[in-house]
Amino acid sequence: MVTLKINEHEVKVAEGTTVLAAAKTLGINIPTLCNHPDLCVAGNCRVCVVEQKGARTLVASCVTPVSQGMEIQTNSLKVRNARKHIVELLLSEHRADCTKCYKNQNCELQTLANEYSFGEHIFFDLTEDHNYVIDRSSPAFIKDDSKCIRCQRCVRTCAQLQYVSAIAVSHKGSEMKISSFHDRPMSHVVCTNCGQCVNRCPTGALTEKTYIDQVWDAIYDTDKHVVVQTAPAVRIALGEDLGYDPGERVTGKLVTALRQLGFDSVLDTDFTADLTIIEEGTELLTRLKKVLVEGDKTLALPMFTSCSPGWIKFIEHKYPHMLPNLSTCKSPQQMFGALAKTFYADKRKLDPANVVSVSIMPCTAKKYEADRPEMRSSGYKDIDFVLTTRELAVMIKQAGLDFRTLEESHYDSVMGVSTGAGVIFGATGGVMEAALRTAYEIVTGRPVPFKNLNIMPVRGMEGVKEATIKIEGTREEWKFLEGAELKVAIAHGLVNANKIAKAVSQGKAQYHFIEIMACPGGCLGGGGQPIPTSTEIRQKRMEAIYVEDMNMDLRKSHDNPEVTAIYQEFLEKPNGHKAHELLHTHYTERESY
Amino acid sequence: MKNKGLTKVDLIFETVDVRKVIKKAFEMTSDEIIQQVLESGLKGRGGAGFPTGLKWKYTAAEKDPEKYIVCNADEGEPGTFKDREILDKVAPKVYAGMAIAGKAMGAKKGFIYLRGEYRFLLPQLYVELHKFHKMIAEIGYDFSIEYRMGSGAYICGEESALFESIEGRRGEPRNKPPYPTTSGLFSKPTSINNVETLVTAMMIIEKGPLEYVKLGTKDSRGSKVFSISGDTPLPGIFELELGMTVQQFVNEFGDGDAKAVQVGGASGFCVPRKKFADTIIGFEGVPTGGSMKLFNSSRSMYNVLHNYLDFFAEESCGQCTPCRVGCQQLLKGIEKVKKGEAKSTYLNELIKLADTMKVASKCGLGQSVGNAFKSIVENFREEVIY
Repeated sequence: MVTLKINEHEVKVAEGTTVLAAAKTLGINIPTLCNHPDLCVAGNCRVCVVEQKGARTLVASCVTPVSQGMEIQTNSLKVRNARKHIVELLLSEHRADCTKCYKNQNCELQTLANEYSFGEHIFFDLTEDHNYVIDRSSPAFIKDDSKCIRCQRCVRTCAQLQYVSAIAVSHKGSEMKISSFHDRPMSHVVCTNCGQCVNRCPTGALTEKTYIDQVWDAIYDTDKHVVVQTAPAVRIALGEDLGYDPGERVTGKLVTALRQLGFDSVLDTDFTADLTIIEEGTELLTRLKKVLVEGDKTLALPMFTSCSPGWIKFIEHKYPHMLPNLSTCKSPQQMFGALAKTFYADKRKLDPANVVSVSIMPCTAKKYEADRPEMRSSGYKDIDFVLTTRELAVMIKQAGLDFRTLEESHYDSVMGVSTGAGVIFGATGGVMEAALRTAYEIVTGRPVPFKNLNIMPVRGMEGVKEATIKIEGTREEWKFLEGAELKVAIAHGLVNANKIAKAVSQGKAQYHFIEIMACPGGCLGGGGQPIPTSTEIRQKRMEAIYVEDMNMDLRKSHDNPEVTAIYQEFLEKPNGHKAHELLHTHYTERESY
Repeated sequence: MKNKGLTKVDLIFETVDVRKVIKKAFEMTSDEIIQQVLESGLKGRGGAGFPTGLKWKYTAAEKDPEKYIVCNADEGEPGTFKDREILDKVAPKVYAGMAIAGKAMGAKKGFIYLRGEYRFLLPQLYVELHKFHKMIAEIGYDFSIEYRMGSGAYICGEESALFESIEGRRGEPRNKPPYPTTSGLFSKPTSINNVETLVTAMMIIEKGPLEYVKLGTKDSRGSKVFSISGDTPLPGIFELELGMTVQQFVNEFGDGDAKAVQVGGASGFCVPRKKFADTIIGFEGVPTGGSMKLFNSSRSMYNVLHNYLDFFAEESCGQCTPCRVGCQQLLKGIEKVKKGEAKSTYLNELIKLADTMKVASKCGLGQSVGNAFKSIVENFREEVIY
């Protein structure tokens, strides 16, 4: 332990603690910008400088480790002067057209400006000296360098959490900027559209591309029937943008709010999550049989999940030779889209041309996914607009809804009934758990041998998880699996996904089934979720997901009566012809640079 | 002080039997070598002036079996060209200095980070290096040196940015601590020394510290190689004993009309005529890595300052706010004042900004931009405004 003094208060902290963290234990807040709890320290912005007795210069508290007898002043005149200068300098290179900015009132620079830089600015505007062009090429997000303060959070996110490095620092001095490979537009580089950078950008330099106005237009268009689906991870995070604490579930109010916004039908992605389990579970069991028993060489094992569009783009770019290992199942969003303009339209006697299909997603990559040319199996664009959790919160505010006082209500039907298995898709390990709950029962006729169906080994925030399920007491047709050990792995965050993909690619990993989610924590930590994000916040969202699961009457996808019904009425059988046409897809090899 | 005139010295370029010096050093213990360098009072010749013996001592004290000695030959300070001459004329002495430093600290591997613009020196340097490696092998000592090339970025002369560059990354300064002596190149204990420092240290071993301390002053021991340019009839490289005043220097090298001397390059200080007599060139006055630029009355100090700020605005790595944006604001600020678009009192705001850059920037680059800025603005305010 090390003893030091901060603003005359003595504090004892562990060796290696930063001055910033030590100050926090005393309740002393030091402002930061480039610092982020998910990322390695940078010490770039210098907003957190403090005075250390005896030091020649001020020191950046985020990178300076404590030392015995150290004396720190966090709010001396020298510190305040420097901090004001630094905030003013950042403002001078930042296009501060706040009222036009999507991040207005959710901008860390703005908050600091309010504290340190009211009144006349000291310095000259530098944005005019640069020829900034806003990059709108990606369907998922917008990159506006004129708002960038070069904190490099995005760069560290992309490299450290996602192993993608779509963006990096280029040039130096006054020309230094965050750039893509050869300055190409973001639509033409190795970018997974995961939006993790958007989640961590302190200003409006990186924001999702919004489709709020288009959705309002559709709602107000009386000729259109607007159907909305909500992803599992939205209901446990939306509250954060509406004044709730992280981890508060707002499912019932969410449904009411969507209805009050004017959507014609409020449905649930969880329904197609359940459907995904039937399709993907069947696909897995079929693959196992064909490869292991019949020696089919055209099918590949292990099988990777395919729900996460960030992961899909990652593997298309980085491991294209493993595309046959991907499940051919579309993501729940796209299954929903394909059914909304076929099965649902038929059922409700609607002309599919007049159905507008909107999804509320914790994800920015879903915006890209919806735009993929393959995603038109209904004969129309299966999903017309994808909104993030954050965009929905904006719509709720725009409509003047007092969210807290809304009554709770239930999803509409059809395509609104779901199970706990569908809900847990929102957390890392959730697809695996849902799949095991169903597959085990198909093979053995008995529920998975875990208390309350909670398969704990596949849960939690560990980057890479592994589990082995021994299959015993199989039914006649699955006899070949008797005594077999089903080996599964789960990874979240593309840096972890890469570890598994690399191991599989090199033949160093013996798995049968692998779940991959592009974002830390799974969809609950998606690029479209409320800002800020941190391990603690994601942990709370995860707990909420599992509470939601426990509270459901049905916990297994194959128990979903609407799923049973849709096969009887429309899809015929899992992996059948019609299912293949609407619910499955194919992948494209992409450039590796 | 009067006696401390411009004693010309020939230490750096003096011809010595390099093999003999290396053998002499190898017969000494690590502690003995370090002790001699400590006693000599030698301070880093790159400009920052950290005691060389201490740097070696700290690195030697580290337990890691893998350590490095790095020679900083990324000579980029405007107006400095002495390391080029040293490498060109006495490269074997540089190599010997590295081997001796390696022996002192327990480093078996050395790297020379050579300024990109000096690539033309490489063929001859490799010829000499080959001979050196052969000689070291004959002596029976395990030590080798590799060259790494810079690509023209000024910031890569900053020690930790230099390490980043050698390691194959973008040359950006690291956060300190940890300092290089504990975690430097490849995160191993590293001593990084200027070209001239290594040669001087080697000559201290050759002549003994007692001989060396006869030269210079208490705070600035020994001699120093100066790169002299600007309005002078005698541009070039001169090795001089430390301790002289700017006046003495100008008397020797000026053209009779010197109004200012920029000591230490763009990151150094501007000394105006009225302060020539009582400013000592050295660590007790204005330190320099060797750059001495003379300006006569035909020069506009606004242009000089503009040139330096333009240089910094381009050569800042751009990583930290005070340096990246501060340089641009200083530059824009003096332009606005010159054009009459900002009041002359705006210079006072800029001086405060320069003070912030000095205390809040991440590395020596941003911390020293204010030196030239303040010393020119304070001494030549009229020239900057009108």
